[in-house]
Amino acid sequence: MTAGSTVELIKLRKAYGATVAVDGIDLRIPAGSYCCLLGPSGCGKTSTLRMIAGHEDITDGDLLIGDTVVNDQPPARRGTAMMFQSYALFPHLDGTDNVAFSLKMKGVGKEERRRRAREMLDLVDMGAYAARLPAQLSGGQQQRVALARALITHPGVLLLDEPLSALDPFLRVRMREELKRLHREIGITFIHVTHSQTEAMALADIAVVMNKGRIEQAGPPRELFNQPRTAFVARFIGGHNVIDDGAVGGPCAVRTDRIRLGAGALAGEIQVEGTVRSLEYHGAAVHLGLDVPGAADFAVVVDEAGYFAAPVSVGERVRAGWNRTDTHPLVP
Amino acid sequence: MTDTTASSRPSAAAGPAARRGPALLPRLAPYLQAAPLTVVLVLFLLVPILTIVAVSFWDYDSVRIYPDFVLTNYTELLSSPVTWKTYLSTLKYAALTWAITAVIGFTVAYFLAFHVRSTTWQMVLFLLCTIPFWTSNIIRMISWIPFLGRNGLLNSGLISAGIIDQPLEFLLFSDFSVVLAFVHLYTLFMVVPVFNSMMRIDRALIEAARDGGAGGAQILWNVILPLTKPGIAIGSIFVVTLVMGDFITVRLMSGGQSASIGLMIANEISLLQYPAAAANAVVLLAVVLMMVAAMLRVVDIRKEL
Repeated sequence: MTAGSTVELIKLRKAYGATVAVDGIDLRIPAGSYCCLLGPSGCGKTSTLRMIAGHEDITDGDLLIGDTVVNDQPPARRGTAMMFQSYALFPHLDGTDNVAFSLKMKGVGKEERRRRAREMLDLVDMGAYAARLPAQLSGGQQQRVALARALITHPGVLLLDEPLSALDPFLRVRMREELKRLHREIGITFIHVTHSQTEAMALADIAVVMNKGRIEQAGPPRELFNQPRTAFVARFIGGHNVIDDGAVGGPCAVRTDRIRLGAGALAGEIQVEGTVRSLEYHGAAVHLGLDVPGAADFAVVVDEAGYFAAPVSVGERVRAGWNRTDTHPLVP
Repeated sequence: MTDTTASSRPSAAAGPAARRGPALLPRLAPYLQAAPLTVVLVLFLLVPILTIVAVSFWDYDSVRIYPDFVLTNYTELLSSPVTWKTYLSTLKYAALTWAITAVIGFTVAYFLAFHVRSTTWQMVLFLLCTIPFWTSNIIRMISWIPFLGRNGLLNSGLISAGIIDQPLEFLLFSDFSVVLAFVHLYTLFMVVPVFNSMMRIDRALIEAARDGGAGGAQILWNVILPLTKPGIAIGSIFVVTLVMGDFITVRLMSGGQSASIGLMIANEISLLQYPAAAANAVVLLAVVLMMVAAMLRVVDIRKEL
């Protein structure tokens, strides 16, 4: 297999008329890494991916794959391959011919290309379904065929546009593991667009949180979770309370699982008081929503044992507290 | 206690009878729902065809027809060289018209579906294609005559431009003018289903093909054409059946110099040879059905319906 390629975005910009979809972003994705572009819909992540793929013209800036600027190269010459959100399998071709499509376009002989396509299908465990038409395959199977079709060109970069969103939750987790395994095995660069932070956390070496056409923060998921740069990142990644209170000096974030209630709260260096608005039992943990002045949607996650040692009910006034070291200042 | 058993017994006895009543309606409902269409089809499709089939076995002379069962209508029809020649020329018209409308229809539909970006313009241009249909077939045909005639617009234009010295004779009252009129009349029947097929092609497939390294022509040949086949098949059925059954276009545009099966049937009717016309019609129907069946064997149009 080909080694992965570095992908570098320099002041990359995409405008549709007056609307700016991607607003001059800089990003360097090291070769062989798994990068997730993460953000709410309309944040420009898909436009970015499509520009990398070559399915969208670049309005301004440069795109480097490997060492070359590929702004004006057609998709097939960039060394990228894309897996589409709806898989975009050719409905009139069976699994083998779908996978062999790009080889056919290159003029590879029929026997040769079908043999190589079957090898690729075996890699994604779809060898047994090679003769089926896309309509005869389940969503997960279609996705594997689409994956094989993308990989047969031996791309340096694999681009995945919301690859798991069409699957049911159970299959989603399985395919997630599968993608991770595949990435480890073939070692090329993966760029994966998603709006699910769970997916990004589970898969990415580098997660890139985008908002309104800009990059809010890019880094390993652990860094994003523990040191969110902005309030947007803290909220989007989840598991954080964003507090904009003079008492703590500017906006800051506190992980919801670092907050203690009741007696434990009194030991915390920072304390707030609020009314319990909601209560959700999640098994291992209990999620509480508090109405606290100065913080919208103040959430507290208490582990099960801790909660049932001193249960509270909706409407009750409680005190919540945490240590000063757990407050993380945010860029306003 | 006894009271309840007594009162429950008659209701238990009435149970099965009562159940049979409402059970009848659900069983009849599908038939009732299908009945109106069945009646319409029987009255307006099956009965006329059966009448034609029946009359095709009748006998006739120059003044009247006799109910009978004779095969002479068929033997005369099939043994006459005129029939075979006429079939040949009708098939030639059908083949030429089909080939030309398929190419034009595909091109127009392709342009509309893939090159016109805005939906508004797509609709405007599509409606523009239908404008010829606002007038009658006959008027559309006749309007070619002053254009193509010996002293028509085209010939006088070409002569005054110095391109030709003599008027072009083949322009009117020839196979050329017949096919031209057919193409003019029936291209839209090809455009519409092909356009419909093309609009259903997921645009991501085109991108996927480009991602796989396909160029414009390769995308057209490997993706768009195979996915448009059902539309082409439906259009082909329209065009071929229309041309096979036509008589007025051939009569008007060939100036009576060419024949078609439709024209042959029309002539027989005008001579009151109804049984002969009926036999001819039955054979034509069989031929057209076989052609349609052949087309359906090649292309599966079910998913398009």
